[in-house]
Amino acid sequence: MSIVNSKLSIVNSQLSIKVTGLTKSYGKEKVVAVDNVSFEVNAGEIFGLIGPDGAGKTTLIRMLTTLLVANSGTATVDGMDVVKDYKKIRGSIGYMPGRFSLYQDMTVEENLNLFATVFNTSIEKNYYLIKDIYSQIEPFKDRRAGKLSGGMKQKLALSCALIHKPSVLFLDEPTTGVDPVSRKEFWGMLKNLKHQGITILVSTPYMDEANLCDRIALINMGKILKIDTPQNIINDFGKILWSVQSNNLPKLITDLRMNKHVLSCFAFGAAHHVTIGNENFSMKELESYLTEKGHKGILIEKAQPNIEDCFMDFGMENSNK
Amino acid sequence: MLKYLLEKEFKQIIRNSFMPKIILIFPVMVLLVFPWAANFEIKNINLSVIDNDHSVYSNQLVQKVISSGYFRLTDVSANYKDALQSIETDKADLILEIPANFERDLVREQHSKLLISANTVNGTKGGLGSAYLSGIVADFSSQVRAKWIQVSSATSIPIINTVTQFRFNPQLSYKIFMVPALMVMLLTMLCGFLPALNIVGEKEAGTMEQINVTPITRFTFIISKLLPYWIIGFIVLSISFVIAYLIYGLRPEGHLSTIYFFAAIYILGVSGLGLVISNYSDTMQQAMFVMYFFMLILILMSGLFTPVISMPQWAQYITTVNPLKYFMQVMRLVYLKGSDISQLTTELTALGSFAIVFNLWAVLSYKKTV
Repeated sequence: MSIVNSKLSIVNSQLSIKVTGLTKSYGKEKVVAVDNVSFEVNAGEIFGLIGPDGAGKTTLIRMLTTLLVANSGTATVDGMDVVKDYKKIRGSIGYMPGRFSLYQDMTVEENLNLFATVFNTSIEKNYYLIKDIYSQIEPFKDRRAGKLSGGMKQKLALSCALIHKPSVLFLDEPTTGVDPVSRKEFWGMLKNLKHQGITILVSTPYMDEANLCDRIALINMGKILKIDTPQNIINDFGKILWSVQSNNLPKLITDLRMNKHVLSCFAFGAAHHVTIGNENFSMKELESYLTEKGHKGILIEKAQPNIEDCFMDFGMENSNK
Repeated sequence: MLKYLLEKEFKQIIRNSFMPKIILIFPVMVLLVFPWAANFEIKNINLSVIDNDHSVYSNQLVQKVISSGYFRLTDVSANYKDALQSIETDKADLILEIPANFERDLVREQHSKLLISANTVNGTKGGLGSAYLSGIVADFSSQVRAKWIQVSSATSIPIINTVTQFRFNPQLSYKIFMVPALMVMLLTMLCGFLPALNIVGEKEAGTMEQINVTPITRFTFIISKLLPYWIIGFIVLSISFVIAYLIYGLRPEGHLSTIYFFAAIYILGVSGLGLVISNYSDTMQQAMFVMYFFMLILILMSGLFTPVISMPQWAQYITTVNPLKYFMQVMRLVYLKGSDISQLTTELTALGSFAIVFNLWAVLSYKKTV
């Protein structure tokens, strides 16, 4: 479904975000946080920036939200330059930082009212947009924001970011530190917002959330490894992938990496995911190799690749280059 | 927009369990406690007397010293050694030794000698104590002489009598001297440093970033931060005037409007300084420490406690860039001397320049950080 959707939107709508060669480094040592990054986000899609902590996601989002100026490269949001037209952009985007950044000593309603007012609008005017989200915290509207639970804080922050009906919504790790049920709920809300025509750029360190985006960019060490739909990225994973288990997992990983047919091996929950470089190498052969090494309870099966496997794989390729 | 932001600021200040109290209690405490405690008048100096004469005059002298109110007779010793003992046990701070034949010498030879010796571990106490004592002794001797001259008035010797009159503060009261200057300290804290801490607080909480992505301009945001404290500053200043009048009976000789006018310029200057500090600080801790440093130096070099003119030359140069100094001068001059704006042009130019320089600096350094 998601593939069809995003393809459709490519056909019949213009670009929402265009980033060309954006670079940002910090400090005197010129630690590069974002390194020559280029990508495009179509209007009305959910675009995910997927990468581990320190990959450069926050820096990238801060540059797009006009909070930081890049060293080089350009970026436009809704056709407006992030440096030249920063004032105009600020009126038409919504930004939810990774850390809860509303006034903790003001009530839920006062916070929402404040953000509505500073954007020259009112709660009533755009209430339809936040109704689904805000109605859940409305019973607590007289409670101070600092006294809310994590999930409620997140809903309030999203409401405040949406109250002026932004055309593009930037969410920086919105689900970090939120329980699994709330995470699921949150992604449901994003889907609804997408149907309202809002473009969403969301960053997350959780690979499993990648499938919920229309298109994703895998990012690591300030560089973009791959941009495509999650399904295409998985389909492009051309290698043989097995899941291997035994009674001694820590030893298993080193033994597997010692095997010359094994390209890579990463821990993946209770099993290890292994890519095999030789098509003729069979599971039987690997099993006897491991038995020789003293492993018991060996279980080898074919595994379905997911985004994390792809991420690891791209990461490997990149560092080998 | 600004109106709504101001409403938000006031709401936050009032909602804070600590701020409204400190804003009220702080000036009251400073004005009620400080002038009494920060006082250079020395009273209750413990005196040890060695009277080797036991005459009418020596008795009169001791009576006169004690009745001055500065001294307490805590020890009468037979000799100097015993008296020193009482200094060492901290029973006495000052020794007055009256020699034998004091009266005789005074009558016959028109002069006599006395010994005053002081414990100067506390320099101010010892120095001022002995100065008071010699003053009293001098007064006593002129009394005695006047008496003798009256007796032998035939050979009248002209006497020059010096009468010192203290203008503007006739009783040389430290309280009157301190109160106007303490108001300056209050304004500095309330209008210079509190808004700056508030801004750094927003930086630390991340709310500043959230506000930055809204169409609110920097200018509006900063004004919304400063204005509440300006208003509070003027309210506190007015409360201070009332306290000064009720408790110390102190009324400005000059016009209140002169003070308000200068206060407005001064507040502009110190809030500019506060903004500069807030621009360079990322955390409250940093800002607090920098402010503490500035506050200490600015107060010590302002002439609040010690006159600027008695500082070494290099220190006097430093005080020329201390806004506190100028505003304290204004306060004292208007309160005690009744100066008006035309007599305070130096201070006006200085305070005006501070306001311009600090605010310009604040604007420039703010741009750098974004």
